[in-house]
Amino acid sequence: MPSNKSVSDAPITQFTNCRILRDHTLNREDLWVREGKILDPEKLFFDEHGFADERVDCEGSIIAPGFIDVQINGGFGVDFSKPSDDISAGLSLVSKRILEHGVTSFCPTLVTSPPAVYHKVLPQIQVQDGGPHGAGVLGLHLEGPFISVEKRGAHPEKYLQTFQSRGIEDLIETYGSLNHVSMVTLAPELADSQSVVRELCQRGITVSLGHSVANLSQAEDAVQHGASFITHLFNAMLPFHHRDPGIVGLLTSDQVPAGRTVFYGMIADGIHTNPAALRIAHRAHPSGLVLVTDAITAMGLPPGRHSLGQQVIEIQGLHAYVAGTKTLSGSIATMDMCVRHFKQASGCSTEEALEAASLHPAQLLNITNKKGTLDHGSDADLVLLDDDLNLRSTYIFGEEVWRKGV
Amino acid sequence: MKLIILNDYDQASEWAAKYIRNKILQFKPGPDKYFTLGLPTGGTPLGCYMKLIEYYKNGELSFQYVKTFNMDEYVGLPRNHPESYHSFMWNNLFKHIDIRAENTHILDGNAADLQAECDAFEEEIKAAGGIELFVGGIGPDGHIAFNEPGSSLVSRTRLKTLAKDTIMANARFFDGDLSKVPTMALTVGVGTVMDAKEVMIIITGAHKAFALYKAIEEGVNHMWTVSAFQQHPQTIFVCDEDATLELRVKTVKYFKGMMHVHNRLVELLPSENKKN
Repeated sequence: MPSNKSVSDAPITQFTNCRILRDHTLNREDLWVREGKILDPEKLFFDEHGFADERVDCEGSIIAPGFIDVQINGGFGVDFSKPSDDISAGLSLVSKRILEHGVTSFCPTLVTSPPAVYHKVLPQIQVQDGGPHGAGVLGLHLEGPFISVEKRGAHPEKYLQTFQSRGIEDLIETYGSLNHVSMVTLAPELADSQSVVRELCQRGITVSLGHSVANLSQAEDAVQHGASFITHLFNAMLPFHHRDPGIVGLLTSDQVPAGRTVFYGMIADGIHTNPAALRIAHRAHPSGLVLVTDAITAMGLPPGRHSLGQQVIEIQGLHAYVAGTKTLSGSIATMDMCVRHFKQASGCSTEEALEAASLHPAQLLNITNKKGTLDHGSDADLVLLDDDLNLRSTYIFGEEVWRKGV
Repeated sequence: MKLIILNDYDQASEWAAKYIRNKILQFKPGPDKYFTLGLPTGGTPLGCYMKLIEYYKNGELSFQYVKTFNMDEYVGLPRNHPESYHSFMWNNLFKHIDIRAENTHILDGNAADLQAECDAFEEEIKAAGGIELFVGGIGPDGHIAFNEPGSSLVSRTRLKTLAKDTIMANARFFDGDLSKVPTMALTVGVGTVMDAKEVMIIITGAHKAFALYKAIEEGVNHMWTVSAFQQHPQTIFVCDEDATLELRVKTVKYFKGMMHVHNRLVELLPSENKKN
């Protein structure tokens, strides 16, 4: 059938026989796409007298917005924090392979590293659209080096830094540049952090609290200055205490400015967080939960020893430890595994599980006008899933970029 | 008139849908010969539309050569408002079937010149060769489309202010908030519907019973505008039991006795029997 010519010559695709996630519910509706964006079929019908050129039978699949991973350190043998000679090849490999997990946009994450590494790596990673070549890069997530020594986890102690009271200049000196940076994780109890938090937020960079021994009021103070995320809740922070809940207390804090939400990352791999703790967080603050993989180099690789930043880690089954210790060094669960595990462990609805991996990270990064939803006008980054939330295919800008079995 | 009485809403909806299906198929529409259908909105025709969608989906019926003309549309409501009649028709019928947008006609309640829009609508009906079958409902106040009590029985498509009864009946679609319901609408006139070759009115529910009584057992009266169809040569009223509650027992018995004859109008057509 020829496409209607009144607004655009571009072909129109209609996904039929599917249930789509819209307005927090799964509805039996068709999904229409033109020029990589989700199209309003009613407007197409009445304004343009338009109709579909191509119909895709989804065989009863669920269609959800593509998953967004805001914390991923590498995978498939690639380590974003390692200053190799061909960083873009590594980035391309990861962005291509994570399509298999339903991730259509991500924030390549760098752990604490010396300035030389940042100066070498950062210029080679840019914000870019996804496509058949791989998931889109939303911007870098710089986790460290301005973090707490006691809660450094797998980060190397010798490269930790404190602020030198020059505000954002400290960061620019360490990182080299803040272009293409989406998020910075820091410990707010470090002296002179407030001006840094403020200045980062003014530049549109999300500030996340993590690897920190902050108490609740230090954390609330940081939120009031603009911090909006918690890096892997429960991990690398003080445990919840009933007289000082610490950073965890932000989930139910009454000091969060009106109209703002504090989001929190959850590694729902069944290892980093006990399911009961996951449920406590989810029930306390369901709308803030953001699923992250915190995936490391070894994700997608067989068991054994691999490198992460400036250290060596060891894989045993689904666990990844700092070699020779029992300190967790990151996760090797894939994003779709996290979505399934989260749903099963929390007992939440399918819609909530899918939103934790799509809508919530988009809200966190303030990009819901084009990512994280199936609203008209949004980028057509999609995942097709069966009822058990196993991935069937992945689309970016309306184009199929991965299909199971192919 | 033919008064078709079915047991309940679902059966009435199905009868009406089968009738429409058969009329379209018997007409044998084609690229030079479109079947023109007048359509209503509201709660009553929903069941009928669902059945029509079913007939399209199982291959019995195509809307490729059908032109539709809706009865009315609110004035001042944005076209993409969930309660506009454009949205109603899209969500409850058009998006599920193979009709082309250029073959659908719905009055534009946001036109710059509302009367010109109404006049143009009349011209479009004329250009399409008139309406073969106009399907409608009835309001609790006996109105057809938005021809409220007191409307001229020879009226044409025009702007109308809605009666209080109508606004109250529609409030359920606007969160029960009377202040949110539009107060004006563009509507086909009684005369416009009378021009159709055939008229089918679907009436279901006890709350419509008094209006049905006034429409068919009392005289032609502009206070109950559906009564105008007593003077149309081909009218069918499709009802459920509840809608007949205010009629005389004699009327109901007479027409129920005719059901075995009237049901032949909705049997599967011979060509379909061969297919099955």
